[in-house]
Amino acid sequence: MTLSRDLINGPVKVVNVGLESFAHDLTSLGVANIHVEWRPPANGDPHLVRLLALIEENIDVINTANQKAINRLLEAQPKLIDVKLAGEVIPGFEGNMILHSGPPITWSKMCGPMRGAVIGALIYEGLADNAEQAEKLAASGEIKFAPCHEYSAVGPMSGIISASMPVFVVENEAAGNRAYSNFNEGLGKVLRFGANSPEIIERLRWIRDVLAPALRNAILACGGVDLKTLTAKALQMGDECHNRNLAATSLLTRTLMPALVKTCPPNKLEEVASFLAKNDHFYLNISMAACKAILDAAHGIPGSTLVTAMARNGVEFGIRVSGLGNEWFTAPAPYVKGLYFPGYNDEDANPDLGDSAITETCGLGGFAMAAAPAIVQFVGGTPQDALNYTLEMYNITLTSNPAYTIPNLGFRPTPTGIDVLKVVETGINPIINTGIAHREAGVGQIGAGLVRAPMECFVAALHRLAETIS
Amino acid sequence: MVIRWLIKPKMYQDSVKLMKLSAELRKQDGVKQASVIMATEMNKSTLQDIGMLVPEVAAANADDLAIIVAADTEEQAQKAVELAEKLLNRAEVQQGETKQQFPKTLRSAVEALPGANLALISVPGTYAAAEALKALNLGLNVHLFSDNVTLEDEVRLKQIGTKKGLLVMGPDCGTAIIDGVPLAFANVVARGKIGIVGASGTGIQEATVLIERLGGGISHAIGTGGRDLLDEVGGQMMLLGIELLEEDPSTEVILLISKPAGPRTANKILDRVKQCKKPVVVNLLKGDLNTIKSAGVVGAATIEDAAYKAVALANGEEAVAIPENYWGDYSKQIAVLESQLRPNQRYIRGLFTGGTLADEAMVILSDIVGDIFSNIPLKPELKLPSARKSHKHTIVDLGDDEFTRGRPHPMIDPLPRNERLMQEYADPEVGVILCDVVTGYGSHADPAGELARAVARARDAYPSNNPAVIAFVCGTEADPQPLSEQVKALEKEGIFVLPSNAEAARAAGRIIKLHESRRV
Repeated sequence: MTLSRDLINGPVKVVNVGLESFAHDLTSLGVANIHVEWRPPANGDPHLVRLLALIEENIDVINTANQKAINRLLEAQPKLIDVKLAGEVIPGFEGNMILHSGPPITWSKMCGPMRGAVIGALIYEGLADNAEQAEKLAASGEIKFAPCHEYSAVGPMSGIISASMPVFVVENEAAGNRAYSNFNEGLGKVLRFGANSPEIIERLRWIRDVLAPALRNAILACGGVDLKTLTAKALQMGDECHNRNLAATSLLTRTLMPALVKTCPPNKLEEVASFLAKNDHFYLNISMAACKAILDAAHGIPGSTLVTAMARNGVEFGIRVSGLGNEWFTAPAPYVKGLYFPGYNDEDANPDLGDSAITETCGLGGFAMAAAPAIVQFVGGTPQDALNYTLEMYNITLTSNPAYTIPNLGFRPTPTGIDVLKVVETGINPIINTGIAHREAGVGQIGAGLVRAPMECFVAALHRLAETIS
Repeated sequence: MVIRWLIKPKMYQDSVKLMKLSAELRKQDGVKQASVIMATEMNKSTLQDIGMLVPEVAAANADDLAIIVAADTEEQAQKAVELAEKLLNRAEVQQGETKQQFPKTLRSAVEALPGANLALISVPGTYAAAEALKALNLGLNVHLFSDNVTLEDEVRLKQIGTKKGLLVMGPDCGTAIIDGVPLAFANVVARGKIGIVGASGTGIQEATVLIERLGGGISHAIGTGGRDLLDEVGGQMMLLGIELLEEDPSTEVILLISKPAGPRTANKILDRVKQCKKPVVVNLLKGDLNTIKSAGVVGAATIEDAAYKAVALANGEEAVAIPENYWGDYSKQIAVLESQLRPNQRYIRGLFTGGTLADEAMVILSDIVGDIFSNIPLKPELKLPSARKSHKHTIVDLGDDEFTRGRPHPMIDPLPRNERLMQEYADPEVGVILCDVVTGYGSHADPAGELARAVARARDAYPSNNPAVIAFVCGTEADPQPLSEQVKALEKEGIFVLPSNAEAARAAGRIIKLHESRRV
């Protein structure tokens, strides 16, 4: 009863849904109001409208679950605490296992860059001497392929992680869960784009033998690196921590350098420092692991419609939802719309690839594009477009994250926590800032641009949600 | 003095933002000093200098955010700390700094307008119930302007509303005035002591306008939608409306504008009215006044009568029927208009945009001239075979579904009435054309001007027919279309303007009666 009394006691504050003239009338009367740019839900699809209505009947349960999920998300405190080999630190990791990006996929269906990376990993692990042997082994069934996401891990592009690759260990201090990501090798011919020539393998070994121990010692020496604060600062310096990591990489390097100078063998210090200095994207993998640690804490809450993963394997785009267990909801991976490096065009592009959309899932990347106006040059567009992408995303998120704010929007918290219901209702697909991989193994990144998560994934999740409710 | 603090671990915020926030806190009641800072060594030493460095803040790290408030009372300090938390979560967008997008959903809109308490919904009927349910689930009261919502959905929405203690005004609720705010189609009327709960949109509009003309004023006018009193719905919103007005300190008299009710619901409402602590006037158009009277409740047969009685009660007077010639003696004008009619000009044609205004005119006219045919007749046998063709005395509701399907309501789009007016003018048996002119928010920008021009065109087209044209303006001086200008536009074209819909109907009846008597 108190609620209708609040209205009668005034002041009246109106949400106007429908005729815009009613809102204009209220404005001319000086009455607080907001007009909804309403469109038929789910683009007017009658079946989805019915499903949404059915779910709305149980919205209290969903709201409670989502609030719990949001609390876990916002309370998370990701910290970079260690570097270890995947095989020794990732729970459940088996010796013959290779983790890949995106939803599950078999060897025979993998895209070019992923196959190339698998071959490289098998050679790196000493399980094959050459590409031919590696392909045979991969096809033999002796290698166990699994999504990174199912092992608390994430990897950009092909996302290949094998047992003796070093991984960053990020711990969410609030919930105690951990997440892992491999090392960023830089741009150009690199394993994650499917390159597997001897110099690639050589670099991976250098990372394992020189870079990883050096960083490990530095991280341990400074008691870990608080990634929430680092990411927050980077956003204020023009990064969105997916496709632009310039500030974050610099901040990380600056944070580690005093310890690194002390702990790194003097004859390796120049190599390590140079590697960090030359790789603007070094922080990407750490950003991804931080996001994964945050979102895993919000996963597994029955009834929650929070999206906890968006990932692509180069063939399929998949999402996971907090209240829907470990099921993937997939659709064909779309092509990225963007700008190509000189000499390449859209015929060379592989469909969308990599786990890096975990950043968008966590309110960074495309969702925080307003923080990174510089990036629009890369993806084609004006700084205003960058603002508008972020503003649009507030319509499909459950909350905004006060830890991450956007100077360009008056330090407004970033839109955070994609809601399956809101995506289907509004027909607004999540926006993702991403790189474009060449469809053939080993060529590398050939451009960058924007891609929208396919609506089919969210519709499939909505169907499952309706089933679990009824 | 009391010091309160809160530490938000590892929450990095820009120092400019924090300085502004601290300044905001210092403006709060009883707050003597306030600092929202990152707990850096430098900031901590500043705090120490002003005596606000509590041990917990001293122990915090440079990447922790600290809110420290010193205030007169514990409550004030705590309130300021809570405000800081809230402000931390808010954007500081300067107006016009960036292009603000409209939110795309109710949910996003509520997030963007904290404290929103009412959803005004006017989307197509197929989607309206779903939007209303979302609004209720978000804790909003609902004004459901949309029509074509199923009875089943209405029942469900009102059950949920009742359970949550939220108003569901509608579906098909054309008007409401809440705390002085006119919503959807509504007139700007004086505020006062009379609260209305009504199942009819134009009924509420007319009642509010007449109450102002009678010297009274409106506290709130709550619409329920036309089906609220069916037994399926059970009058849920009328009951909630009565309860709200009974408790509302600004309301002293309650006016209920009803529609024919289901028997169980009618009893329920009357029982409730009998227990009401405040005087209640019940208007039941087309209904049986005896049940109301036998229940010991003040009844009123017309909106005019109801408005008159409500104002009397609000003035502490007895609720008696409106006296004859209360508004003035119009005998002379009536005689002049009658004298211009040819002998066979014997029928009344009422062209109404408001359904309840049409009802009221029929109730009054059938007492004077007998049977009135209509698309919304008082008795089933008086139903027009085709709403588009008049028969003998006819009153049509041009706002009925049959006319509005796929086109705007005649209060917005005057074309359908203009065309019908031409049709009636062409009929040599028509002696009186009776019209309503509804102004206020939502309505056409100049409905009187439109009607006047239509009359001028009809007169040019049929110069030998000269029926009397009579009108009532349901509007006020404060409406976007000021009353005096609307009346002037009508009178300039020779239209006879009366101060109430009932009086206009009576004038129409008297002209025809007089004409009849002179023919004999």
